[in-house]
Amino acid sequence: MTDNPAIELTGIDKKFGPVHANKNINLTVAKGSIHGIIGENGAGKSTLMSILYGFYQADSGEIRINGKPVAIKDSQTAISSGIGMVHQHFMLVENFTVIENIMLGAEGGALLAKGVASARAELKRLEQDYGLEVDPDAVIEELPVGLQQRVEILKAMYRGAEILILDEPTGVLTPAEADHLFKILRVLRDQGKTVILITHKLREIMAITDTVSVMRRGEMVATRKTAETSVEELAELMVGRRVLLRVEKGEAHPGAVILSVKNLTVKDNRGVIMVDNVSFDVRAGEIVGIAGVAGNGQSELLEAIAGIRQPVSGEILIDGQPIGKASPARLRELGLAHIPEDRHHMGLVLKFEEYENSVLGYHRDPKYGRGMMLDLEAIRRDAQEKIEKYDIRPPNPRLKTANFSGGNQQKIVVAREIERDPRILLIGQPTRGVDIGAIEFIHKRIIDMRDQGKALLLVSVELDEIRALSDRILVMFAGHVVGEKTADAGEQTLGLMMAGIAA
Amino acid sequence: MSTASVPLPNWINYGLIPLLNLTLAFVISGLVVWLIGENPFEALKLLLIGALGRGEGIGFTLFFATNFIFTGLSVAVAIHAGLFNIGSEGQAYLGGLGAALVALALDNYLPWYLTMPVAVIGAAAFGALWALIPAWLQAYRGSHIVITTIMFNFIGAALMVYLLVNVLIVPGKMAPETRTFLEGGQLPKLDWLLAIFGMKLGAAPFNFSFIIALVMCVAVWFLIWRTKLGYEMRTLGISPSAAAYAGIPYARTVIITMLISGGLAGMMALNPVMGASARLQVEFVGGAGFVGIAVSLMGRNHPLGIVLAALLFGILYQGGGELSFDMPNITRDMIVVIQGLVILFAGALEYMFRPAIVRLYQSFAKA
Amino acid sequence: MDSIDILISILGSTIRLSIPLIFTALAGLFSERSGIFDIGLEGKMLAAAFASACIAYLTNNAWAGLGAGILISVALSLVHGFASITNRGNQIVSGVAINFIVAGLTIVLGQAWFGQGGRTPQLMAAGRFGEIKFPYAEELRGSGYLGKFYADVISGHNILTYLAFAAVPISWWILYRTRFGLRLRAVGENPGAVDTAGISVTWLRYRAVICAGILCGFSGTYLAIAQSAAFIKDMSAGKGYIALAALIFAKWKPVPVMFACLLFGFLDAFANFMQGKQVPGIGEVPVQIFQALPYILTCILLAGFIGVAHPPKAGGVPYTKER
Repeated sequence: MTDNPAIELTGIDKKFGPVHANKNINLTVAKGSIHGIIGENGAGKSTLMSILYGFYQADSGEIRINGKPVAIKDSQTAISSGIGMVHQHFMLVENFTVIENIMLGAEGGALLAKGVASARAELKRLEQDYGLEVDPDAVIEELPVGLQQRVEILKAMYRGAEILILDEPTGVLTPAEADHLFKILRVLRDQGKTVILITHKLREIMAITDTVSVMRRGEMVATRKTAETSVEELAELMVGRRVLLRVEKGEAHPGAVILSVKNLTVKDNRGVIMVDNVSFDVRAGEIVGIAGVAGNGQSELLEAIAGIRQPVSGEILIDGQPIGKASPARLRELGLAHIPEDRHHMGLVLKFEEYENSVLGYHRDPKYGRGMMLDLEAIRRDAQEKIEKYDIRPPNPRLKTANFSGGNQQKIVVAREIERDPRILLIGQPTRGVDIGAIEFIHKRIIDMRDQGKALLLVSVELDEIRALSDRILVMFAGHVVGEKTADAGEQTLGLMMAGIAA
Repeated sequence: MSTASVPLPNWINYGLIPLLNLTLAFVISGLVVWLIGENPFEALKLLLIGALGRGEGIGFTLFFATNFIFTGLSVAVAIHAGLFNIGSEGQAYLGGLGAALVALALDNYLPWYLTMPVAVIGAAAFGALWALIPAWLQAYRGSHIVITTIMFNFIGAALMVYLLVNVLIVPGKMAPETRTFLEGGQLPKLDWLLAIFGMKLGAAPFNFSFIIALVMCVAVWFLIWRTKLGYEMRTLGISPSAAAYAGIPYARTVIITMLISGGLAGMMALNPVMGASARLQVEFVGGAGFVGIAVSLMGRNHPLGIVLAALLFGILYQGGGELSFDMPNITRDMIVVIQGLVILFAGALEYMFRPAIVRLYQSFAKA
Repeated sequence: MDSIDILISILGSTIRLSIPLIFTALAGLFSERSGIFDIGLEGKMLAAAFASACIAYLTNNAWAGLGAGILISVALSLVHGFASITNRGNQIVSGVAINFIVAGLTIVLGQAWFGQGGRTPQLMAAGRFGEIKFPYAEELRGSGYLGKFYADVISGHNILTYLAFAAVPISWWILYRTRFGLRLRAVGENPGAVDTAGISVTWLRYRAVICAGILCGFSGTYLAIAQSAAFIKDMSAGKGYIALAALIFAKWKPVPVMFACLLFGFLDAFANFMQGKQVPGIGEVPVQIFQALPYILTCILLAGFIGVAHPPKAGGVPYTKER
């Protein structure tokens, strides 16, 4: 197994309009290894793998598989070159059986009957060789997520994949399911297959890979032997040597409890429990930070408190009063404001002009028009004031929101929510995709809010941000709050808790 | 790189592209005319003269346009909230019932200007009612509103035929229609409006509903861009997740939108029922509900655009009718063909030219 | 006539009225299971009726008529495909457009070519699909109800009728037993799965709409040159929409499609029979109830009151792989 590497990428470059997703990427993946590719959201990992799988075409660069240059013009070529991919969002037909999904595109003839028999035999063999057990006649939508993922792996193996790419495979898995997946991946490697694992979770990289490559802002910044690196080094490589965010803030003076969450359980759209019996309080004049790896229930928690998602059980209290099934509109009246995690789909209507977004959710306020009418003059004046106060550029309330940069879009949301002078502020990923200047500005506003005696709940996957802003830190893992720490808790302690390893 | 996300200036989006699409629709219509052995340019000339040449032609053109303004507005209001109401046809049909019941009840007692407001309410209420069930099914049961509104077109048609044949028919008469309304149940002709321009209306049924249609245009414009409800509808239409975030109630907004949409469609009935034939007849809608889809699409769901598109279709209707007198080889149904082609090219194939135009635009912008 | 005789006569006309529905609903099945909504079924059927009547008249050959019907219907399918697959246009709007174009064009061309107010000339026997008498049908007619059933319900239809009933198991077999069927069902649920399996979504969907075109070709031909002996303007008379309702009522499955079409055909036949008849205690039952019933039933089904109808998940949504 010392001959050619399984994959060699040289000079891969890809642009999506103005976005330079992959910049001159070089990567070598050894045969029979598990190779991790790590990086933050938007670092270009998925794009790179989509190019390898023929979903996109690279603008330039070369791909070699087993030493031979290959032009991968579509997924069909990738498959016949022995590449299989397990997508982050499963590419399964939900009302099909396992065997139908596995055969799709590899039916072995115009009629299904013959193919079905050989597919069953092949599934049996894969099951024995790799421990990939699954009932071939089960319908996908009735299977748990972990098994659905196994079907994806089987699909690739059935097509004779020698190289298996997994894109964020554990995002939807419980820790037990993830462990089982890792076991399978090790078996695959030991049988000589090559596995590429894309993730932003450091724990996984350390736990399972042989080699790890780090991507940052479209570039491949380093490749290390996993045994010779550390979580700290990888984390630094991932985020770059950016100026450590130090936020000037004084002592917190927490007051009465404003927001309490009691035994809250919330399901996501698929019916999976994402928040499991969570309780905590937020007091006036403090920032409670929720740390955790993305997908551990933080989003659903925020949405439940904001009234967007109905909890399954438990209650949410404001000033000791249960809010029941209050709508987001009613909660705003109660003084709850919400900077949502996803400004593109929730916080803003991108096709609206800026001023229209400056009142989203508050448009029923008499300040913005009496009775049924909207007072556009008042709204535009108001928007103009916020634009000046928050230095939103370009300073034009009539511009389409989609035409603002990420940082300025976020400022539109922040301005709208903070300028309402709420008593409770929910903040989700306040600085995702935001430039440094705007980050400092937004952080300063958040601290100001605290010092004015507001109750703030902050969710962020940026541990630095949580540590810099929070007065208390709750760590969420797999739907549970696994522990509470003070703001001076070490990064390593928190990191271990976020990985579900120690409390 | 894909061309779909490249922004183009307004004059291209709202001017050049629709113009190209329309031109193509007319070129193909011309080919059909040529195919059946007539001169397309001659036909176009006759069509335009028929529609716009005399006061009477203009009166008919505006009469037809009035129908399309109402149905176009009906479709547009729903689209702003992300709902595709293809039930305007049935809602208009039922609206006729509302208008006729009011006219039959009041024409003996009240002058037209007192009957009219009640009839407007009656027509709108019946149209809205016919939209309510599909709206409710969409809001609370998740039934696809496109499918339910199609179904309701047919259910409405069956209901109306039943009522006209068995209930509303004049005893002893064969024709399935109501009695003729007295003057108190008729909308007056707008001959004075044409007289201002020195034209004679003649026999054209151009009537007061045109004014109501224009008022509705202003009202819809106001609703969509100046009211809180309109703001909520637009938010829901563009981004349902942002609407949920903003606390805009889904079910309520869907239902109110559809009531308004159905109400506008219902009001269309005023024009033929109280403005022209002075009685309720079977199939008086005659496809105007479907034309409303094209009108709304072409008018980019904006009242001003809808008026322009409705005028275009009005010209086609009237001019096409005249054309069939002068060129007996071309039947009135040619209008339906042209309508279909316009719907195809301006609607379903809306973006056919876009990629090419984007490339052209980019090469010009660079140069 | 005793009641069994009546029943047999109603069943006979049920079959005749169901045939265009079965072809058309199966057409909708192929298109919609691939994720392309098709409310242009009506127009395709009407166009096929017109084309088959014209060609059958010119050639005096029913099969040539069928060929022409299929050809024109497939051409319209390709227009629908070009709009909704290639150009990612709105599928509903495209269907409405096709219905309009055909409704007008058949009359314009018919009048221009034949000058009979949109009708095509009456066909001779060779230009039509005639009745096929099964062996001993006449002899058995007299021998009790079973014989009568054989003679009047089973026997005595044209070839297209039998083809329609054959088309049901064939469609089922194609959808559930062939590679094409597997892929077609998959692309209507999750085109991403098909694309990542290395199959062209576009070509697959085009083939699906072509299948729809072929089947609408059969239904239109049946209307014009099997059931009738000429094209009459607007002769599809909403059957395309009833077929659509039947397709939904059958929850997008081939064998239930046949039963839904038979049910809706029966309602139609029953309505014809009931016209002008008095029902004791009720009086005359309005035919409009029967006309509206297919749509009412479908709405009730859609509302989830009798089981749940899940349309193909990717239906009506153009496929884009870009972000």
